Amino acid sequence: MSTQMHPGVRVGNWSWVWRPRIVLVTTILAALTFLVFCVSISVGDFTIDLPSVIRTIFGQGERVDEFVIMDLRMPRALVGLIVGAALGISGALTQSIARNPLASPDVLGITGGASATAVFLVTATGGAVVTGTIGLPAAALTGGLLTGLLVYFLAWRRGIDGFRLILIGVAVSAVMQALTTWLLVLADIRDVARAQAWLVGSLDSRSWGEVWTTLWVTVALIAVVLVTAFQLQPMHFGDDVAAGLGVRYSAVRAVLLLCAVLLAGVAVSAAGPVPFVALVAPQITMRLLRTPVPPLIASGLFGALLLIGSDLIARPVLPNDLPVGIVTAIIGGPFLVYLLVRANLKRAA
Amino acid sequence: MTALRNDAARLGAEGVTVGYADRVVLDNLDVTIPTGVITTVIGPNGCGKSTLLRTLSRLLKPRQGTVLLDGHDIARLKTKDVAKRMGLLPQTPIAPEGLTVADLVARGRHPHQSWVRQWSSDDADVVAKALHMTGVADLAHRPVDSLSGGQRQRVWISMTLAQGTDLLLLDEPTTYLDLAHAIDVIDLVDDLHEGGCTIVMVLHDLNLAVRYSDNLIVMKSGSIVAQGHPSEVITSELLLDTFGLQAKVIDDPVSERPLIVPIGRTHVAVTKS
Repeated sequence: MSTQMHPGVRVGNWSWVWRPRIVLVTTILAALTFLVFCVSISVGDFTIDLPSVIRTIFGQGERVDEFVIMDLRMPRALVGLIVGAALGISGALTQSIARNPLASPDVLGITGGASATAVFLVTATGGAVVTGTIGLPAAALTGGLLTGLLVYFLAWRRGIDGFRLILIGVAVSAVMQALTTWLLVLADIRDVARAQAWLVGSLDSRSWGEVWTTLWVTVALIAVVLVTAFQLQPMHFGDDVAAGLGVRYSAVRAVLLLCAVLLAGVAVSAAGPVPFVALVAPQITMRLLRTPVPPLIASGLFGALLLIGSDLIARPVLPNDLPVGIVTAIIGGPFLVYLLVRANLKRAA
Repeated sequence: MTALRNDAARLGAEGVTVGYADRVVLDNLDVTIPTGVITTVIGPNGCGKSTLLRTLSRLLKPRQGTVLLDGHDIARLKTKDVAKRMGLLPQTPIAPEGLTVADLVARGRHPHQSWVRQWSSDDADVVAKALHMTGVADLAHRPVDSLSGGQRQRVWISMTLAQGTDLLLLDEPTTYLDLAHAIDVIDLVDDLHEGGCTIVMVLHDLNLAVRYSDNLIVMKSGSIVAQGHPSEVITSELLLDTFGLQAKVIDDPVSERPLIVPIGRTHVAVTKS
């Protein structure tokens, strides 16, 4: 009778479902991400070969390589990795909670709120606060968080409904965008240039200081998400079913949405509002893993892969230091369309 | 377990008042659900029958009064403990596209699981049994969205069974089903009752309710107007008073229950008697 059931992985009293495809694809994604991470470090004004990069990362490298890799290139690659993972997981959470693939932090106004706050700070202080200092990331994070909370409370009416959340998010996003544009129109031209560079999303000139803050905050948030996510599983069936299965869905949803908002906020504050990663990473990962709902860990890995991959292409292949945000949209968009079209063709066949 | 307050009854409500915003839906209502039988709540649209079921299942919190489950105030029990004692199938459950039957039914084990204990051999056994009992074992690897409405409803009932309780609350389990599938699903509910389950459900179809229930709760405007075995409860006077329905109640040629034959304005060949 149990032949048709899932096999389990059981160690003592601990047990999990064994899903080979998910484990396999996630492992491949992790390996690919690490590879692209290393390649991203190896290329630059002069190339360091991959084996040296890997040796240096694990502390076995030569002095010269160590300086270039650890001090110059590592921060940029690492910020890309963290920001991508944070966006991927944030998107997977918002899409799961709203039960709607459109519900990404960009659409829900979190990114817009963070941008408006950051631009306000840059223009209001006459450029005294610039990218890289602690003020700008902190302002962006606060702006993102406040906007996220605003959207949540505006959308709350005897519970949270996915469509309402998205509609309110779109409206608030539009207001934030208008605000950002208005600030830019009023501002001094030099501040505008600074703000614009930040607004398209970029991994340029990262330092270790930023890396550590971003890293620890992200790791802590992801830990909370992974522990709480077990309670998220029945919530895909609707609030009533979740309650019937013993889930305190309001509390779980509040915790996970807060984590999603903070993850997106941290990402935006570290790299600017990189578009599309949070929307596209969970959707692509779902199709690669063939899961009915966005998988969290794999979405994070794919987000990281997409972001550092895009950065890799943006730097040497294309001229004029194209910001990473433009490349994520150019790569991510068509790839998602391809997966959707392929699924349609398969169904038609 | 502490002493039961309602003799053998596992579930009941004492003086519950429930409302939305400024509207009171249930007003100071008492009800006891007999154990081991099928209880069906019937009543006209908007009479509060779904609200009663939602209150009994703790989806709604009463403003006043208490719901008692196994002698405990349900509001004081942990959500997870309620889920271990009582299975619930709400009106519009959502199955994500592509989710397989086995995965959906396996979620029924949620109240018994934890982060480190997500799929024990107990879970596997109970889920296999639930799939088997509801006749959906052969569909285990099919996506839920590829099934017919009747099969889908069997799958959801299977999930509530996997919770491992013998107290099931079903909110309109036959809605949107054609008559053949409705009979199929409700026969399944009867099988579960034969197997020892206590069932509380809300039904729209009066004749199905009469045929399959041992205990009817008839509601009107937030109050219970009658309760008991269908043969005792269902009369043409009650149907007229409660539903505003002119009908003849005759002996069902198939079962030993009453049969409701509605009298509309047209197509009436015999005069009313």
